[in-house]
Amino acid sequence: MTRLDRGLVLTVLLLGGYGLAMVYSAGTTDVVTSGTGAWVRQVVWIVLAALTGAVAYRASSRILEWAAPWIYGLGLFLLLLTLVIGTGAGTAAGTKSWLAIGGVRLGQPVELAKLATILLLARYCSGLRQPPETLRELVKPGLIAGVPFLLVMAQPDLGSAIVFVGILFATLFWAGVKPSLLLLLASPLISLILAVDTAWWGAWILVLTGLLLLWRTYLSEGVFIWVVNSAMGVLAIVLWNRLKPYQQRRLVSFVNPEADPVKSGYQAIQSKVAIGSGGWFGNGYLDGPQKRLAFLPEQPTDFIFSVVGEELGFIGVSIALALFLALFIRMIDVARRATNTFSSLMVFGIIGLLFTHVFENVGMTINVMPITGIPLPFFSYGGSFLLACGLAMGLVFRVAADSRLAGYAD
Amino acid sequence: MSVAFTKFRLRERANAATIVLLLAFGFLLVAFFRAQILEADSYRRQSEKNRLRRLTLASPRGTILDRHGIPIAENAPGFTVKVLASSPDSLRALLKRMARYVPETADVEDEVVRRYLAARFQPALVFANASLAAVAALEEHRYLLPGLVIRTEPRRLYIAGKAVAHLVGYVTEVSDADLEKGRYPGARPGTLVGKDGLEATYDSVVRGIEGESFIEVDARGRMVRDESASPSLKPVAGEPIRTTIDLDLQTFIDSMWTAARPGTRGAMVAMRPNGELLALYSAPAFDPNEFISGITGRRWNELNADEAKPLFNRATRGAFPPGSPFKLVTAAIGLRRGVVDFSSHMPQSCGGGFRFGNRVFHCWKRTGHGSLDLTDAIAQSCNVYFYQLGLKIGLPNLLAQATEWGLGEETGLDLGFERSSLFPPSTAYYDRQYGPRGWSNAATLNLSIGQGENEQTLVSLTRFYAALAGDGSMPVPHIVREPKGTPRPLGLSQEQLAGLRAAMQKVVDRGTAAASGGRDLKVAGKTGTAQNPHGDDHGWFVAFAPADKPTIVVGSIMEFAKHGSGVAPYVVRAIRRYLERTDPELAKAPVTVITQQDSATTASELPADSLSGPVRPR
Repeated sequence: MTRLDRGLVLTVLLLGGYGLAMVYSAGTTDVVTSGTGAWVRQVVWIVLAALTGAVAYRASSRILEWAAPWIYGLGLFLLLLTLVIGTGAGTAAGTKSWLAIGGVRLGQPVELAKLATILLLARYCSGLRQPPETLRELVKPGLIAGVPFLLVMAQPDLGSAIVFVGILFATLFWAGVKPSLLLLLASPLISLILAVDTAWWGAWILVLTGLLLLWRTYLSEGVFIWVVNSAMGVLAIVLWNRLKPYQQRRLVSFVNPEADPVKSGYQAIQSKVAIGSGGWFGNGYLDGPQKRLAFLPEQPTDFIFSVVGEELGFIGVSIALALFLALFIRMIDVARRATNTFSSLMVFGIIGLLFTHVFENVGMTINVMPITGIPLPFFSYGGSFLLACGLAMGLVFRVAADSRLAGYAD
Repeated sequence: MSVAFTKFRLRERANAATIVLLLAFGFLLVAFFRAQILEADSYRRQSEKNRLRRLTLASPRGTILDRHGIPIAENAPGFTVKVLASSPDSLRALLKRMARYVPETADVEDEVVRRYLAARFQPALVFANASLAAVAALEEHRYLLPGLVIRTEPRRLYIAGKAVAHLVGYVTEVSDADLEKGRYPGARPGTLVGKDGLEATYDSVVRGIEGESFIEVDARGRMVRDESASPSLKPVAGEPIRTTIDLDLQTFIDSMWTAARPGTRGAMVAMRPNGELLALYSAPAFDPNEFISGITGRRWNELNADEAKPLFNRATRGAFPPGSPFKLVTAAIGLRRGVVDFSSHMPQSCGGGFRFGNRVFHCWKRTGHGSLDLTDAIAQSCNVYFYQLGLKIGLPNLLAQATEWGLGEETGLDLGFERSSLFPPSTAYYDRQYGPRGWSNAATLNLSIGQGENEQTLVSLTRFYAALAGDGSMPVPHIVREPKGTPRPLGLSQEQLAGLRAAMQKVVDRGTAAASGGRDLKVAGKTGTAQNPHGDDHGWFVAFAPADKPTIVVGSIMEFAKHGSGVAPYVVRAIRRYLERTDPELAKAPVTVITQQDSATTASELPADSLSGPVRPR
């Protein structure tokens, strides 16, 4: 046990304790909500997550590296299965994200797929001699993340799908891919987002053209990127029309929550009202009126951070964010000191996973990110993701322990 | 891959990653700072708006007292049932569930939805005066009825019920139209306001100021916490008003009327010669207490559709051709103008009719009265005499004088909307109505005996007799305050007034007075018949007593009574009831009713039992 990274363990314990306290508060309402009594089940999940972490801690990097394709295969299979027999739940009752047998929801396969993708990407990138320098070389890692991305989009679960993008970019960055190349890789997505406004999109195409000339990419790749970006401008319209109405409404509500304050904008408005009314020190633990009276949507799960904001104020928010920041910085250290490139890439992939969750979830509560049903690590009530987090942290602890054992010093 | 994973390269990327993290978290922190620190107040307000619902606390209305301090309108604790809902659909669903325990809910459903839509964030009123049983049934199933707000509030109570209906009017929720027009300053949707009678006229005095408290609701609009124990704004009770009404007389008239003449439509007004109203009654009446409970649309329609028009105040809003009682007006005008004195005879003696142009105008007595002086003409109510008196006065003078005395307008009674009496102000009226050649001086003949273009409200006609009974000026009838207008002097000398009163009393006194040996109660009055083209004639009776020194004037009209003599016994009984208090000895004395001979019965022909004494149905 001496090999455990004490700082990391302490941060995780603090986050877990903070999270549990908030789940308890989220269930303490004046009216019965889905969160009532959830904290008891959350304790069970935390214990199970810790056990899962302990098991993962036993797994050496060599076993993981060997097993990565199999785990990935299993992940894809379960995602496919989910598309066929999946059911919805919670905020996203209309999506097929749950795998259920006989009506009993077993879990969300996407959480497994995220970890599997991290493992396979780490395995692929660690096998490279040089960091990829061309788009062509990014095709394979792109596919590793892209296939589960598309399967999840098909559920459809935009929030979780974005996590795969986060994992991909984090892993590629840590593998040494130049930021400029990452930007080019991301450019079609940027086009897609900016295509909502023709002027913004046109400006972006101009900037992109300049960048392509500046960075002197291969001609074929440069043309390809340019064509793809242009195509995205058209595709955006097509894709928009193919989105489910609730997805469209969510995106519109993100830009302007007041457009539909009663329905799709409701969650965004209520969350921001809860947080905003918190002030410096909040309304006091357990005492947030928005939470107490169930104005907050999905308060024990997706919008648990709104409870933090309402009850513990800016101070409570700062502490939570500081803990996350400490966790990530500590994990960067772990990745940096890892005994092998696979472990290093895996840890950084996990950072990518967790960071995407944190940024998207917290950003959503304060209306700087669109509303997607994505849980906040260590806080949100729910089994699948908590188990995945436990497992991931088990892996991280193992990497940290291995590098200590190897006598790593700065 | 080792190239990219040297310590140096890793440190480079770790630093870059740390910077990205710091920027990302910094960005989030700024977003939180903006919302939580810079805009905290606005969000705090929104949060409060979310969860707090303003609840108005009814202010107790000021009591309305009679002249002896007995309450006509007071307050009793009552239960109000209100509901909160998040949408019209959930409101209807809630009301449907309520109807399972309190069936009356179904009757008011639409009304509740209307109230809800008018003020969504306030509890909508369901029952303003729920029974204890209903409240118990609702409380028992409270867990099934989220959004239910039950509380005790002062409720208007009229112990005398329908006996005072047209006097006090009623209290009900302010209407949208009234709110829009600002008829009730300070009223908000849901405020109870006086809608008729004294409650309306003195609403600003008795209403008081509503209080305010807050209740906390959850996201679905269900009440979670009641903070009304410590209202943020305490209700201010309305001020009491003291009236000139004699509640005992008022209720006596009602019970007498409903016992003896059930179903008879009409009105009775009692006032003192100075214009103070003692009683004002209109039949049929309604129960003003019904309105407090939030009258249902169905009941309201029933009341409105009722052919007997129970909501119609016949004392102030019904105008009828006055008939014979108006002859005193003609006589007074003649005296005032100096055209006649009490001993004046008219050129043509009464032979049962009067030829004017090519028409014969009849006297009610076909055999004729012979030649009469004014006193006898009044005493015998001779039409032929008054035809000629009218012609002698001249139509323009007749019109101008009656108009000057206010017989063509409202009396100014402080009881809300009052119908104006109709009397042509000048001959221009006839020109307008019939064309300059479309009418003849025959109109004068009709007007002289109270027919023609002449419609008087009961209050107006009673007021004229108050002037005769009193100091000779038309008082402004009033219930609460000192009258706004000033009394209009008839311009008659005391001798002339006494002469008119004497003429009214100059009737064959038969029996009773002489037999009593002591004081007797002389009631001087005038019967009349209001011709009704739609059925039996209406009967008038206006009288004052004691005839020599009047303290009370009572007027009454009964629809389809055929003749005023049928009305007289009730007026006499009302007078006696009043005198029981003011002059008990006199009240017990034998009664002589002196009515002028007219087209029908005289005093002696009245049914004996009706004069035998006060009736106490209570």
